[in-house]
Amino acid sequence: MTSTLTRWRAPAGYALGALLLFAVAPALLSDFRLGQLARYLCFAIVAVGIALAWGRGGMLTLGQGLFFGLGGYAMAMHLKLTDAGAGQLPDFMLLYGDTSELPWWWEPFRSPAVALAAVLVLPMGLAALIGYAVFRRRVRGAYFAILSQALAAAFAILLVGQQATTGGTNGLTNFQGFFGFSLLDPVNRRTVYFLIAAVLLLLMIGVRQLFLSRYGELLVAVRDSEERVRFLGYDPALVKLVAYVLSAGTAGIAGALFVPAVGIISPALIGIVPSIQFVIGAAIGGRASVAGAVIGAVAVAWAQTTLSEEFPAAWTYFQAGLFIAVVAFLPGGLVSLRRLLARRGPRVAEVPA
Amino acid sequence: MTVYLSQSFTGISIGAVLLLIALGLSLTFGQMGVINMAHGEFIMAGAYTVYMLQGPISDAGVSLLLALPVAFLVAGAMGALLEWLLIRRLYARPLDTLLVTWGVSLMLQQLARDVFGAPNVHTSSPDWLSGRLTLIGGEDPLTLAYSRLFILGLAVAAVAALTLTLRRTPLGRRMRAVVQHRDLAEASGIATGRVDRLTFFLGSGLAGLAGVALTLVGPIGPTMGTNIIIDAFLVIVVGGIGRLRGAVVAAFALGVLQAVMEYSTTVSVARVTVLIAIVAFLQWRPQGIHTLRTRSLA
Amino acid sequence: MTTPDEPLKGLRITDLRVSFDGFTAVDGVSLTVGPGDLRFLIGPNGAGKTTLVDAVTGLVPATGSVEFGGTELLGRPVHRIVRLGIGRTFQTATVFENLTVLQNLDIAAGAGRSPAALLRRRKGVPDAVARALETIGLTDRRGDLAGTLAHGRRQWLEIGMLLVQDVQLLLLDEPVAGMSHDERAETGGLLRRIAEDRTVVVIEHDMDFMRTFASSVTVLHAGRVLSEGSVADVQADPRVQEVYLGHSPGEPVAAPAGGSAGGED
Repeated sequence: MTSTLTRWRAPAGYALGALLLFAVAPALLSDFRLGQLARYLCFAIVAVGIALAWGRGGMLTLGQGLFFGLGGYAMAMHLKLTDAGAGQLPDFMLLYGDTSELPWWWEPFRSPAVALAAVLVLPMGLAALIGYAVFRRRVRGAYFAILSQALAAAFAILLVGQQATTGGTNGLTNFQGFFGFSLLDPVNRRTVYFLIAAVLLLLMIGVRQLFLSRYGELLVAVRDSEERVRFLGYDPALVKLVAYVLSAGTAGIAGALFVPAVGIISPALIGIVPSIQFVIGAAIGGRASVAGAVIGAVAVAWAQTTLSEEFPAAWTYFQAGLFIAVVAFLPGGLVSLRRLLARRGPRVAEVPA
Repeated sequence: MTVYLSQSFTGISIGAVLLLIALGLSLTFGQMGVINMAHGEFIMAGAYTVYMLQGPISDAGVSLLLALPVAFLVAGAMGALLEWLLIRRLYARPLDTLLVTWGVSLMLQQLARDVFGAPNVHTSSPDWLSGRLTLIGGEDPLTLAYSRLFILGLAVAAVAALTLTLRRTPLGRRMRAVVQHRDLAEASGIATGRVDRLTFFLGSGLAGLAGVALTLVGPIGPTMGTNIIIDAFLVIVVGGIGRLRGAVVAAFALGVLQAVMEYSTTVSVARVTVLIAIVAFLQWRPQGIHTLRTRSLA
Repeated sequence: MTTPDEPLKGLRITDLRVSFDGFTAVDGVSLTVGPGDLRFLIGPNGAGKTTLVDAVTGLVPATGSVEFGGTELLGRPVHRIVRLGIGRTFQTATVFENLTVLQNLDIAAGAGRSPAALLRRRKGVPDAVARALETIGLTDRRGDLAGTLAHGRRQWLEIGMLLVQDVQLLLLDEPVAGMSHDERAETGGLLRRIAEDRTVVVIEHDMDFMRTFASSVTVLHAGRVLSEGSVADVQADPRVQEVYLGHSPGEPVAAPAGGSAGGED
């Protein structure tokens, strides 16, 4: 009987999540609040990837902003070019730019197909390159975390420095349309919200399946003892690479969806601080569980918006304090509270190392 | 030709700053393996110490020199407190230490904002550091700012003092004993907990010194720590764990590379190039980055 | 998966040398372990036993030659050597503590799986895993987390992981260290059964255990082979008695330290 309960708990949870996202939230929230929720859900999509790479794979990805940014800029460049119209330059280039020509690397993003492919290919390709180089030489743990954080910082700095072609500190903003639909129309903005909610749910289900697969077990094995896995005839670098590349892909998708939902992508959204913010949500909710990471990400983002408007200083202390307390004393995150309270044995592999 | 020479000097002075901010990490990270993301905020505390001392003491030179020991003690005490409150509970979980100390760094930044305000503050440099030393005169002169020379001197002195402490003092011997074999050290009567706290005190104190030095080259603000902490960690990663000499070489190499790249491209491109160079370097020489013990893989 | 019909392979080590920073841990060792042998590798601390195994499994660089069934192993990366059918254990049993016994064995059995197979869920218990569970006597504990197993059972699980890998050569580093008397006897029986269709090399300090179960013995001392042969041959060798100080010629070789209390560390 408990096994039936366990078997149906996850699907029931997802059904409840779908109900909340597709029926309850749109019915109760104003357009403005729904737009904010869309933004939180984008962070939740990043958290799904973090649960995979960090929670299961043990790779503390402190630089997800890099991939979030690549996806976001790929999408934003396409929207900017479409807004400008055939043969025209995006508005900001006319403002700061000294050229009347579109840079060569902007040109391909006119095509919607190329832009959409780039949302996945750029982050995943770069992650594959970095990951291959780094994991093959067995750079891991804190070194990997610092390196990935440095890369996100470098990307943000690079964007700021190239104001004429990337919009610099201001980033890319003021999007009018999204694949032929006006973003000024509230109905279309609601549709964007539904799109994001659907993508989030699909990714959650996909990553959960991955956790339950043999690969998921192997990933935990690599996290706990990389050398031992090597002696079983696997190449742990490849096992880690898959999780890292997939997490980069989810961050890229999140960035791309963030652009129509929020209407901006800028270096301030992808540097060191936002990159760690992505991790905070997942850590507080529960790094090793998809649902925990997602709920944590949404809750932290919501609390940040709501509380930081009224008490900016108090919010920072509270967030940092909660983060410290959870990471230090409850590494499984808030979802592990339920398990602790229920005094049941930890479920397989959900206990982080 | 002079251009390259002067860029190399710029690089060396960037390297001296890097070395100063990384030196404390070579103890806490290099010796103890603790990733303390709040190290940058200890540097900030050192910088604000100068700012605070300039209130009552109007002579910039006196307050700067006085700030050196005071900042060392202030930052060191903060480090020892952090070690005692949180880090000692987390020695077995390095990644969680990184995250927890990042939370601490967030709090300290907010504290700085509440106490000193969000905008950057400025301190005045003493007159005797304001000039430039002319090495080559003429049409194409090669000069060095005295403030940069001061930083270089401070870095050299700090390295020398640290080396002597590690090699010659009982504390240094204990620190090395604890690093090499914790259980054995404990069994031979060394209070490892106290040694850990003292090591942390020293490492954090060095961050305070670095903060004093940074007031000579830039503004003081709540986020100054975030911007330099990554560079400091990269110096240690490239230099190799637990090797003071490696950190020295790495700091100057990265400084010169940054300066040369900045000259031929832009600041941002230079930063990215330096990072790519670091990743490439790790491909070639990952030593110090992984250790492999074969008898037990646990 | 290979079948047991495949001819057993032997290990041939020729002039193997390993040095670290000027210290030579293995200094020109040559030895041959015949197919199906249950060879014990003994020697005082620092004799180079573990280093020898490290070199064979690709963990430390070495010069000379190590052939298994005619294939040269030196210079290959660790996971390639494993795929040639060579498996090892470590002094401290390393199993994946956050996975169940079944999951541990399933991962060990799956190095050859295709990516598509990896992405699917495990359904049921693969035959090789079921057989290994039976052999190591952990069938009824297959659902438990490996981290909850007692020390001896972890060692068996680790040996079971080598079995499902279908390795042809097992290199075991002090498999009975820290085990109770009964567990030792069971482990010895287990090793005998395994050696029926595999080649097994065991590093061991427990001389009683060695005398009871070894088919042949190699004694290492200061990085060189001191003596080799049957248990009786080796025990009669005066050089061996010389190394294990305190035993004049004629007296049998006893455990160097602690006897049945188990090996070093």
